[in-house]
Amino acid sequence: MNRNLMGIYTIWLRDVRRFWRDRPRIIGATIQPALFLFILGTGLGKGIIGAFGKDLQGDYLSFIYPGIIGMSILFTSIFSAISIVWDREIGFLKEVMVAPISRWAVAVGKAFGGSTVAVFQGCLMLFFAPFVNVHINLIMVAALIPLMFLIAFSITSLGIVAAARMHSMQGFQVIMNFLVLPMFFLSGAMFPITNLPKWMDIFVTINPLTYGVDALRGVILGMNNYSLMMDVGFIGGFGIVMIGIAMVIFGKGE
Amino acid sequence: MNIIEVVNLSKNFKTKKGAITAVKDVSFNVKRGELFGFLGPNGAGKTTTINILCTLLAPTSGKAVLNSFDVESHPNEVRQSIGLVFQDPSLDERLTAKENLEFHAMLYNVPKPVRNDRMKYMLNMVGLYDRRDDMVNTFSGGMKRRLEIARGLLHYPKVLFLDEPTLGLDPQTRSHIWEYINQLRKKEDITIFLTTHYMAEAENCDRVAIIDYGEIIAIDSPDNLKKQIGGDVISLAAEEKDKAKKAIEREYHVSVMENEGGLHFEIKNGETFLPRFIKKADFKILSISLRRPTLEDVFLKLTGRHIREESAETNIAVRMHARRLRR
Repeated sequence: MNRNLMGIYTIWLRDVRRFWRDRPRIIGATIQPALFLFILGTGLGKGIIGAFGKDLQGDYLSFIYPGIIGMSILFTSIFSAISIVWDREIGFLKEVMVAPISRWAVAVGKAFGGSTVAVFQGCLMLFFAPFVNVHINLIMVAALIPLMFLIAFSITSLGIVAAARMHSMQGFQVIMNFLVLPMFFLSGAMFPITNLPKWMDIFVTINPLTYGVDALRGVILGMNNYSLMMDVGFIGGFGIVMIGIAMVIFGKGE
Repeated sequence: MNIIEVVNLSKNFKTKKGAITAVKDVSFNVKRGELFGFLGPNGAGKTTTINILCTLLAPTSGKAVLNSFDVESHPNEVRQSIGLVFQDPSLDERLTAKENLEFHAMLYNVPKPVRNDRMKYMLNMVGLYDRRDDMVNTFSGGMKRRLEIARGLLHYPKVLFLDEPTLGLDPQTRSHIWEYINQLRKKEDITIFLTTHYMAEAENCDRVAIIDYGEIIAIDSPDNLKKQIGGDVISLAAEEKDKAKKAIEREYHVSVMENEGGLHFEIKNGETFLPRFIKKADFKILSISLRRPTLEDVFLKLTGRHIREESAETNIAVRMHARRLRR
């Protein structure tokens, strides 16, 4: 067990180290949500604000701000998980797979590595708060970090499951279009999820990111569709199931 | 004492066209401290066998025991006992040489107090200590391979697997790598398990197993294997191939092999035979050569084919090209 803990730590350390060194990636992963927030947000806000009416307390920018934090965590988590495919392509995964640690530990190490990186990226987003008229105090930050970690861990685990049997980066497009973008659009990040058509409502309800965004919005703006307990329960449960599947798939070997 | 024992090992792969047997009922032992070689063409089953021994693949049937641990029931103990240098690079190019070693040392539970000394020792051994803080993506192919050898030794394995350790490297680097391997054998109590399709490399081994189509067709020391060849090898090109072949077979009672390189046969005391042969020949000889038998001749005799080093190298070139395209 001790050996596996060390393995998890080693794999985590590598992911964090590589991320920290990859400045272009950090900058890119900060700019992208900023574009959504300031350009899309400002543009849409001007046109839509009337349609939403009193559902939106305050302005549209501050409404989507927690959603954009969720998006940043979503993208960073999936991207980190997909690096498994890259590791497989360059052969490095073999070095990990023949190491004397249990293979489930590889999945867990990756999940922690991806989550840490995604939380860091999510924290960078907090610096945008003053520009969207949101006040964040230290108590809120203390609540946001564990919450962000929970969301990141769940989504990274989902990404690891998706990447576990993938042998080339070509599959990345599939994951982007069939998993990442739908999850983002159907999470309530950009619009309120009340009064949606039935078919959309179903997808929104089963989307784990919906509960993540709801929890973030609850802490930051005090706006909730569900209780915080329910949010945390749903994401946490989803995360446990996903990391469980990931551990089983990795345990079976290549 | 045997460090590796393999009994009736088989591996089948399912493909769209049906099952393929990559390794067919293979049995062999490797003695402790030996330099043991697997010689065979590409696709003969060398890498598959290694992958089973290092727990990356499960055998379809049969048994493999390494350092007295069964590869299926005790994979972690087996993994701790072995070091690996894969055919394809397996370094993290975005980390430095030292970080790659550190990663390995941590995964293999090398205690922290000795970690730095050992990394320093190994880096010095492969001549990369000065480059320890450089990113691996600035290294040449030979340097990467050396770093992989250093990494494979970091946890003091009992067996070091070298899967085509010099594949795709230039001749100079190849001989450097061999210097390290020989040094290593002198300094450490280690068994080396090598796969290669280079004859010259196989000659260095204590024992060689010749493998073809998933089966071991001969296993012995290179000298003993070569004794199967009856003396020296004569190769010649003649104007009328068929006539020459028949004439030689009739006159000297030897079997003549024919391939695109010409005619080949084995004869004792080649030096004294050659002048007599040329004088007596009633066909036109275009060229003729005499040489001591090599493992290539053994392979040719046992299988009727050449190992074809050149085609293997083309494969590599194609593979590297494909890899570049993917990026």
